[in-house]
Amino acid sequence: MIPGRGLALGITMMIVAIVVVVPLGALVLTLNGITPAGFLATAFSHSALAAYRLSFGAAILASLIDVVAGAAIAVVLVRYPSPGMRILDALVDVPFALPPAVTGITLATLYGPHGWIGAWLAQHGIAVAYTPAGIVLALAFVGMPFVVRTVQPVIAALPREYAQAAASLGATPFTILRRITLPLVAPAFLTGFALALARTLGEYGSVIFIAGNMPGKTEIVPLIIVTRLEQYDFSGAAAVALVSLVVSFLMLLTINALQRRMLAARTAA
Amino acid sequence: MLRALRSLIAAAFVGAITLHCASAATLLNVSYDPTREFYAEYNLAFAAYWKKKTGEDVTIEQSHGSSGGQSRAVIEGLEADVVTLALAYDIDAIATKSKSIAPDWAKRLPDNSSPYTSSIVFLVRAGNPKHIHDWPDIAKPGVAIVTPNPKTSGAARWNVLAAYSYGLKRNNNDEAKARALVGAIYKNAVVLDSASRASTVTFTERGIGDVLVSWENEAILVVKQHPKDYQIVVPSVSILAEPPVAWVDANVTKHHTEALAKAYLEFLYTPQAQRLACKWGYRPRLTSVLGTCGTSFPRSDLTTIANFGGWNAAAQRFFADGGIFDQVYSAK
Repeated sequence: MIPGRGLALGITMMIVAIVVVVPLGALVLTLNGITPAGFLATAFSHSALAAYRLSFGAAILASLIDVVAGAAIAVVLVRYPSPGMRILDALVDVPFALPPAVTGITLATLYGPHGWIGAWLAQHGIAVAYTPAGIVLALAFVGMPFVVRTVQPVIAALPREYAQAAASLGATPFTILRRITLPLVAPAFLTGFALALARTLGEYGSVIFIAGNMPGKTEIVPLIIVTRLEQYDFSGAAAVALVSLVVSFLMLLTINALQRRMLAARTAA
Repeated sequence: MLRALRSLIAAAFVGAITLHCASAATLLNVSYDPTREFYAEYNLAFAAYWKKKTGEDVTIEQSHGSSGGQSRAVIEGLEADVVTLALAYDIDAIATKSKSIAPDWAKRLPDNSSPYTSSIVFLVRAGNPKHIHDWPDIAKPGVAIVTPNPKTSGAARWNVLAAYSYGLKRNNNDEAKARALVGAIYKNAVVLDSASRASTVTFTERGIGDVLVSWENEAILVVKQHPKDYQIVVPSVSILAEPPVAWVDANVTKHHTEALAKAYLEFLYTPQAQRLACKWGYRPRLTSVLGTCGTSFPRSDLTTIANFGGWNAAAQRFFADGGIFDQVYSAK
């Protein structure tokens, strides 16, 4: 046995317990007093179902946008280093640091019907603020740095030799991208996607200002939870939170499994 | 859950501070959003009064947020000495859930423990281009309304009840017609912000909507700041919003601040405090200060929450899941 294993394991378990398990346990305890029928009625009410669809759909879509846009940013940052690029590099982290409320208010102002961008879009009959599109926009903003920061080091460390060897064997650039580059960076993309997804699934602060909060149309899951709390229905709030948590956990678990298979396949090859 | 956790942490934090300062005379006033400016000035006035009366220095800490959120924080242990919230429902919740306030709290101070009142009015753009004069005008197709979501903003519940009251009074108490009116109004809503201050920002800063259905005090503040851009329209029927105050029995006993907390709330009824409330857009209970406070309040026919059987009954009937609001909003 490695020396110190017991102590390290003990400390780790304690931290995990305090930070993750105890609050989750408290959430389950809050369910206290709700009947199974009541749980189902609350957690799968018409408005809750609409909110799950919206929240999960918008989070997935926003994370996909982040993967595409984040990859482009990462490639540019890695491949074209220059002093100016360092500023861009720092700017990528801004969504990490910005308070969510600031993000939401800024986006709502910019994309509102009288905002700089929103006014122009409105002339073309496109509404972003106070529609599901606005929700996706806010989520894509907060999720973006997770993808860039995960993908960037992997792209920087990409071995050139494989691509050169493939080229010398007559592979077209597209084949190289498909057969060499993408398999090498795919696990990082998946991690970036998972992180962005995890971040955006529970996002409240930034979304709430741009969502419009129209019942059945632009109400996100956290808003449904707040609605429950506003009625002092603590167990109802916990029921909706629990469903949201279980679905999120299953999604992240699936991504993890997918990633492990990908890495295993690569090692085997 | 994150929010609950955050409020828990905040509660623990403020609790620690309060304990720490228990030796000096400190009072924590947990209030809701639009009272921020009023209490900032009121606290100075009260501290001066208290110093003169007892020779004691007193520090008053303020906490503001959504009325319901503040109420939940107190239930979960935020050590408020006094609560000054938007509706009695939120103080009732503290009394029933954590039992830290006596159930008869509303009778301990004059006027249902509401030292100042307000009402629900319309804020429209200068010149009133959409000719909005009363509730049916904002139910017409093509009028864009901004108002908070009554499911998330306790204060916004007054708005629904005000519209409903108009519907009843003008239609010989025909409930179906009152519901249809509320439904038509809320279908005109273009943004339902989560709190009343957020709605004000959407209407004023972002220029969205033709009318903001708002607290009168909030509308008064907006017009004072931008007299050229907005005007207030007072509907013929509205509701008397009575934001209540109470001391938190369990906490004042623990902090030995009982006398101070009571004096703090009783001082709200003095002419000096009533004038301040009026200055910040609240209707004073003492009508004698009306001429001297710089704000005038147009008359309208005001109903009260008592006509709805109190907040508990109204909350159940109108705002619970599947209640009247859900029914009229989802009806096509």
